[in-house]
Amino acid sequence: MSTPDSAQAFPQASVRSSAPAQATIARNTRHSALVRITHWITTLCFFALLLTGIEILISHPRFYWGETGNDLTTPLFRIPIPSSRNLVPTGYGYVLPDQNGWSRSLHFQAAWVTVLTGALYLIAGFFTGHFRKNLAPGKTDLSWRALSAAIVSHLRFRRPSEEEAWSYNLLQRLTYLTVIFVLFPLVIWTGLAMSPTFTAAFPSTVTLLGGRQTARTIHFLVSIALVLFLLVHIVMICLAGFWTRARAMVTGRTGTRMERT
Amino acid sequence: MTDISRRKIILSGLAATAGVAGLGAAARIAKKYGLIPPDHGGIYGPGETLNYAFQRLVARHSLAREFPRNQISERPFPNEIAPPSEAFKHLQAGGFIDWRVSVDGMVDRPGSFSLDQLRSYPRRSQITEVACEEGWSYVAEWTGVRLSHVLSIVGVRPQAKYVVYFSIEPDWWDSLDMDEAMHPQTFLTYGMNDSDLPVGHGGPLRMRVPRQLGYKSVKFITRLTLTDNLKKLGKGLGSAAPEAGYAWYAGV
Repeated sequence: MSTPDSAQAFPQASVRSSAPAQATIARNTRHSALVRITHWITTLCFFALLLTGIEILISHPRFYWGETGNDLTTPLFRIPIPSSRNLVPTGYGYVLPDQNGWSRSLHFQAAWVTVLTGALYLIAGFFTGHFRKNLAPGKTDLSWRALSAAIVSHLRFRRPSEEEAWSYNLLQRLTYLTVIFVLFPLVIWTGLAMSPTFTAAFPSTVTLLGGRQTARTIHFLVSIALVLFLLVHIVMICLAGFWTRARAMVTGRTGTRMERT
Repeated sequence: MTDISRRKIILSGLAATAGVAGLGAAARIAKKYGLIPPDHGGIYGPGETLNYAFQRLVARHSLAREFPRNQISERPFPNEIAPPSEAFKHLQAGGFIDWRVSVDGMVDRPGSFSLDQLRSYPRRSQITEVACEEGWSYVAEWTGVRLSHVLSIVGVRPQAKYVVYFSIEPDWWDSLDMDEAMHPQTFLTYGMNDSDLPVGHGGPLRMRVPRQLGYKSVKFITRLTLTDNLKKLGKGLGSAAPEAGYAWYAGV
């Protein structure tokens, strides 16, 4: 901002000079406010969904394929944990406390917040060019050579350069795009496909998947994929420098000044 | 204070005011159109309300999925039930000849019905899925009379908003809004897969609500009451389910 003196002396100039000053501030922001806010709301909801999802799973740690499946039918696979229900044949001689009631309520409440936050992020992302500028890989990057180079560099756990702190590399872009446009839509879809009223209104949402139990199994597998993403995401942040990356997602600043050429 | 920060404060204030006013208006509209569930209070109230309101808006008249006969599960799973009460055992010993379901509350002609009376009304069947909130499910053919038929016999008064239904077993009751109660797939069920409804599945008489999860289909029905106010029943949350931590609306 210009000093009051210069503003009085050169009112026109001060208006014009504010533009480059603002651009500098914008350039020093690694993540926009919208990305930061939606990131942390989603993080909070994800942990709520994960915890309550595990609680719901405990009441029936068996998975099936097709429309139906229960304690009297053969499961596709089962999770070797005790259950919160008496009649589930787990092989354990005891039953865990039932936590399904509040778990289901919190699961759906967190799902609502996630979906609304996600919708805001998607709409804003398309309007601001966030996906085009920050996430879509450049045409030259999308070659097998570039991809294998990125994978090799990751496998060697090479610390990213300062330059890289200002944008996403190819693997990051592909991973984030997969999480945003494949895993989240899929986990929401398979979740809705388990709702008896929702599928009454939109039966194809479950028949396309091949049945209610298939939807439930895919919901579980996609959740596992999201948890794996979370683990890799945290490991990568630790490797790249936990505090600078975490600060960038909280305050928007990286602590390093970016001089673009 | 610079112009930008002043503008920001004014805009934020306007946005907050609009937000609060918007929420207030939304709440009034939701209440008017019956989009607020009886268990809308508490920390999970917003989620329960969104579930109920959303599904009322998109699926008010939708039919639950029905299946071809060859998809009927060979091994339907009867969920665990508490040991039967003396009252139940007494009626069971008599072959359920004396089983009756009474209807009272906001109706013109309160009365009670024997199983034979219910069987004499138009017989309906549906092949639908029972889905438990735990995650398991099965498909069966359910035979019975539409709840709407029984309600038309007793004459529901226009001010009634809910049908409350009680099991013979203590502390087991639930309620439906009038849309769900009048829905063509909501049955008082006395038959399953071409035979009498087995006791394990709620025989001799079970409420069947196929658009909601299994726990809404209360077993051993002996009483219906019509009301415009659920506050006086139990803890005022609309059914025994919220008292145990479960949602009143079980469509999700």
